[in-house]
Amino acid sequence: MQKEITTTASAVVVDNLTKDYGDVRAVDGLSITIHEGEVFGLLGPNGSGKTTTINCLVGLLKPSKGIIKVGNFEVTTQGAEARSIMGVSPQETAVYPYLTGRENVKLFGELCSVPKKTLDARVDEMMEKVDLLEECDRRVGKYSGGMKRRVSIAMALVHDPKIIILDEPTVGMDPQSRRAVWDFIMELRDRGKTIVLTTHYMEEAEEICDRVGIIDHGKLIALGTPTELRSKYGARDLEDVFIQLTGRQIREGS
Amino acid sequence: MRLFRAFALAKKEWKRMVREPAFLFMIILFPAILTIAFGTSFGAVGGSQPATYNLAVVDLGAGGNLTASHQFAQALEATNVIKVQYFSDNQSAQSALSQGKIQGVLLLPSRFDASVTSFTSFPGQADRWVNCTVPLYLDKGSLLSAQVIPSVVSQTLQYTVLGVTTQTPVTPVSVSSPSLIKVEASSVFAMFAPGLFAFASIYMIMMVAQSYTGERDSGILGRIAATPTTSAELITGSVISYLVIGLVQAVLVFACVCALGYHPLGGVPNLAMGFAIVTVFAICNIGFGLITAAISKSAGAATGISFIFLMPQLFLGTFVGTALSSTAKAAGQFVPAYYVTDALTSLFTRGAAVASGSVLTDLVIVSASSVAVLIVGVQAFKKLGKA
Repeated sequence: MQKEITTTASAVVVDNLTKDYGDVRAVDGLSITIHEGEVFGLLGPNGSGKTTTINCLVGLLKPSKGIIKVGNFEVTTQGAEARSIMGVSPQETAVYPYLTGRENVKLFGELCSVPKKTLDARVDEMMEKVDLLEECDRRVGKYSGGMKRRVSIAMALVHDPKIIILDEPTVGMDPQSRRAVWDFIMELRDRGKTIVLTTHYMEEAEEICDRVGIIDHGKLIALGTPTELRSKYGARDLEDVFIQLTGRQIREGS
Repeated sequence: MRLFRAFALAKKEWKRMVREPAFLFMIILFPAILTIAFGTSFGAVGGSQPATYNLAVVDLGAGGNLTASHQFAQALEATNVIKVQYFSDNQSAQSALSQGKIQGVLLLPSRFDASVTSFTSFPGQADRWVNCTVPLYLDKGSLLSAQVIPSVVSQTLQYTVLGVTTQTPVTPVSVSSPSLIKVEASSVFAMFAPGLFAFASIYMIMMVAQSYTGERDSGILGRIAATPTTSAELITGSVISYLVIGLVQAVLVFACVCALGYHPLGGVPNLAMGFAIVTVFAICNIGFGLITAAISKSAGAATGISFIFLMPQLFLGTFVGTALSSTAKAAGQFVPAYYVTDALTSLFTRGAAVASGSVLTDLVIVSASSVAVLIVGVQAFKKLGKA
């Protein structure tokens, strides 16, 4: 399902990103360029620096060194502008349990300045896309884990962002829901959106990512299409590539 | 600053208030239950029943319906403040007092009748009077009875039994007699009522702290931070929502205290000013809530830590403070709740004018301290409490 990258326009540029927590270096000189209209997968073991990279990307953490550009905006100095063209679905489900699915999505539409005239229609459209239209007036606290994850994705997309950040978008979903989310991501890509996602599911990365970057100990250790990486490392699948590069030792933390 | 974002966040908080049982209880039901419980315990439900004090009368004289002792006891009973219980001896009366069955013992000596008769027969001739002392024993643990009973007893004796209607100057120094106190209008609940408004609002500290720590732990604060929403819009949303919640609480407590017989003085302007002060006080509680959230690792920890800010305000700044020592009362002047209670007492109980110096001073102090605490809270949360 990968597509040929025909454009060289950059949606996200990460240049020499470094993030220190005291004496611990979580991200170490990371540089990646993500193209417009591609699905980019950021892979790595627990504690490799994925979430720190994502948090720097969306402006939640200030880099110790380096520059991040989203669209034409530099994240540390033009944070509000950069955030206005991004939609973020974090690793935690991060929804209000006492609001309905519709109210959660609508609230984030308001926070992202979706015009009042089009907001309700946009919310309905998003609920339909994530297959929750019939359940949209139930409180999210009553939803299953997979349904909450789908609401979370709808909240990230309600303002029709150009760049979509999905941190572990299909965790806790059944195969049907996961397939539906994959199809939705493909549809977004076909509409020209840029998607950056992290995942621990290698088959997911293989299925939907145009390119993947594997990071470990805060450094980029591999970058390319799943086909290129399989070929380069003589591996049967992406999971083999991942194990070859990061080893079999179980990592702690996230 | 986009106000529509702040209002969107405020609306979200109002929905939480009515949909989350714990939140609804702390914000709405708790103040109502507290007020009703205090009103029922300390006040007069319905407001029509006067407060009465049980007083034992031990007549050590001859007795009989025509004696001054009997007249005195009847006159005490007629005040509707004292309920007389006759005891045959001092020992059994003292026993009842020590068990809390009565609030005082009045021991009428055997010379009481002779003493009264000598005064009424020879007014102004002190050398012909039969002097006697009437011992009065009171319950040390009952603050109100210790204040009310002596006054009622001495004035009843003076006005009714001895028949003295004007102050008789017996020495060059004259001490004016106080008017008879209308005890039924000043129940304990009437003293407590203004403090209940602050008492209810203080628990907002816990709710704000739990709200912020809960949203931080669930990742939703981080999620909001990843939208174009600014910190100022987020805080403004909280301020708007809790100002309204504070006003709702004030109206609710007001309705409850009125239903329980408390009648605030001063009319609509005093009510409006009182509500305004309670509403402004909500800002202070948001600030303390943010400070609590900043130093708390989790929503559970926030519940406990919130008591650091809650308890001093509770004990030093609300109705609880009325029974405290002078040192504790002085310490109370360092907590904003003290000024809220003071202002409401002036407005509702003393009937002070809205523009009176003490009320305006209280308003300025509450407003200034609320803004200061909010600023400290915002800075602390930005520095220590971020996701």
